[in-house]
Amino acid sequence: MGNYMSEKYLNRIMIALLIVLPWLAHWLDEPYYVSLATRVAILALAGVGLNLALGLGGMISFGHAAFFGIGGYVTGILASHALNYEPIFSGFISIPGTTQMLIIWPLAMLIAAIVAVFIGLLSLRTSGVYFIMITLAFAQMIYYFSISWPAYGGEDGLPIYMRNGFPGLNTLQPIQFFMICCTLLLIVLWGVSRLQNSRFGNALQALRQNETRVASIGINPLGIKLTAFVISATITALAGSLFADLNRFVSPTMFSWHTSGQIMIFVILGGLGRLYGPLAGASLFILCEAVLGGWTEYWQFFLGLLLLGVVLFARGGLIGLLTREQKNV
Amino acid sequence: MATILFLEQCLNGLQLGIMLFLMAAGLTLIFGVMGLINLAHGSLYMIGAFACAAVASWTGSFILGLVASVVCAAVAGALIEVGVMRRLYQRDHLDQVLATFALILISSEAMRWLFGSYPLYLDVPEVFYGATNLFGVLQYSRYRLFIIVVGLLTAIGIYLLINKTRIGMRIRAGASDRQMTAALGINISLIFTLVFALGAALAGFAGALVGSIQSVDIGMGEPVLILAFVVVVIGGIGSIRGALVGAIIVGMVDTLGRGYLPQLLQLVLDPVFANTLGAALASIAIYVLMIIVLIFKPQGLFPAHG
Repeated sequence: MGNYMSEKYLNRIMIALLIVLPWLAHWLDEPYYVSLATRVAILALAGVGLNLALGLGGMISFGHAAFFGIGGYVTGILASHALNYEPIFSGFISIPGTTQMLIIWPLAMLIAAIVAVFIGLLSLRTSGVYFIMITLAFAQMIYYFSISWPAYGGEDGLPIYMRNGFPGLNTLQPIQFFMICCTLLLIVLWGVSRLQNSRFGNALQALRQNETRVASIGINPLGIKLTAFVISATITALAGSLFADLNRFVSPTMFSWHTSGQIMIFVILGGLGRLYGPLAGASLFILCEAVLGGWTEYWQFFLGLLLLGVVLFARGGLIGLLTREQKNV
Repeated sequence: MATILFLEQCLNGLQLGIMLFLMAAGLTLIFGVMGLINLAHGSLYMIGAFACAAVASWTGSFILGLVASVVCAAVAGALIEVGVMRRLYQRDHLDQVLATFALILISSEAMRWLFGSYPLYLDVPEVFYGATNLFGVLQYSRYRLFIIVVGLLTAIGIYLLINKTRIGMRIRAGASDRQMTAALGINISLIFTLVFALGAALAGFAGALVGSIQSVDIGMGEPVLILAFVVVVIGGIGSIRGALVGAIIVGMVDTLGRGYLPQLLQLVLDPVFANTLGAALASIAIYVLMIIVLIFKPQGLFPAHG
């Protein structure tokens, strides 16, 4: 259509920019910009997770902060045990902590998955507003629990003194840590694109449009939705784990409903249900924070206006605006 | 002694419940009549508290402050309804959640801009200083008692307004069938604005009342908003009666849980551990309650019939 570019083309540009710009910053010796790009990659990853439930499955989860925070806390707790040489569990067998990302990630994802099965089973009995509220309630529950349970820092949060390690890499180097995050994002994007076009992905999208019809051809709606919800949670937990390592700090804020709202903002600003939407949304968010935040400390005022504008007038999000491609969501 | 403490805790629970009702009544009305999830309701609560604090310190009169809180919140509510909400009634819940989330960001930052980041303090009038004697045994804060009485009167007022007046009848008609009501020649969009402003005024009033107990600061609306949502979901979305019952239940469970759970657990557990666990469990008790209610009654305790 006219001068607008196609979505595929735009996606390639975004990925290219995401990879090239941090290297440029690295060569110019500007680690601040490398860490900004790292945040973009991590927050986009969290958004890709939510987008699977929200954009494809139509499940409006207002509680994804729970999984983001679980990813963060699993990372923080394992690292703090390892660095303090205290076993997590000591009985007939002693389980030590670890500072290896390759062990932390699967554990964070596994624990998030277990919690997601539990939350999903109870929440998916409801729909509409009740689903929004019950997912919010679960996240709030974990939030208040993390504040009032003093073992891992309580309200003050838990510092991670040394960024966790990855074999063969020096994760303390910003550009190397960025490459880890960026690679994970690309792998997950590829995985989700495969999932989207699979039989499972089609069933999930069909469920969003008409649940009764899908059930009538013999597909179990609960099974499909629960699976999508759990996969979505594990992706967000992985992002949470990386986020903890980026800041070398976890705190109950990761569980707060503002975090859930923000992850939702990435998805919506970019374009709901679009594979690369969260990347566009997270980039725009970080750009706003860096540029507007430099001008005024009230930058969230303008973020609010922007979000309101997108919701009221530009329903395809940033990608929809740039490509003019329609998406039925 | 224990009974007196228990009575005092019950009154505190009742006071929290009444406050939550003022918030939840607006939320549930707005949802019931317009089908709209309004996350920005907490902002109206905050606006009310700020208006009251500003006017009270400017004129020196707490009563004028209360009036200002109601008026400012109602005006803000009406403006928001006309400017933003109208476009959202036909949209899905996701758009409503996001747009109202955006409104929270906008109004919080605007307040920070206007009043600065430091909390304001709001003094109650001298009449309400100190405690009063109840039933000859219990000393209870006069101001909290005032909140309970005013809140109960407001609750009765809303009940009468919705159930016994013509405008209330129109609101109920609008809730059950929007198009039919409009076809009967009733200006339904005016009704919507009115309901929104009414809900906003209640929230602002609650904010002003509570602002004198706690401090008046930017994020004050958010914890209350989430509690009010829990109330609305427990009571059944759209039901005023459900909101009242839900609010009292939530207020009681929260207050008594914080007061007694650690002690109860001490009977069976090591005291230090019981205290920690009790405090942690008390802070999540109402969410557990909400989840239990939703599992057994997915439509809440008093499902509204639309």
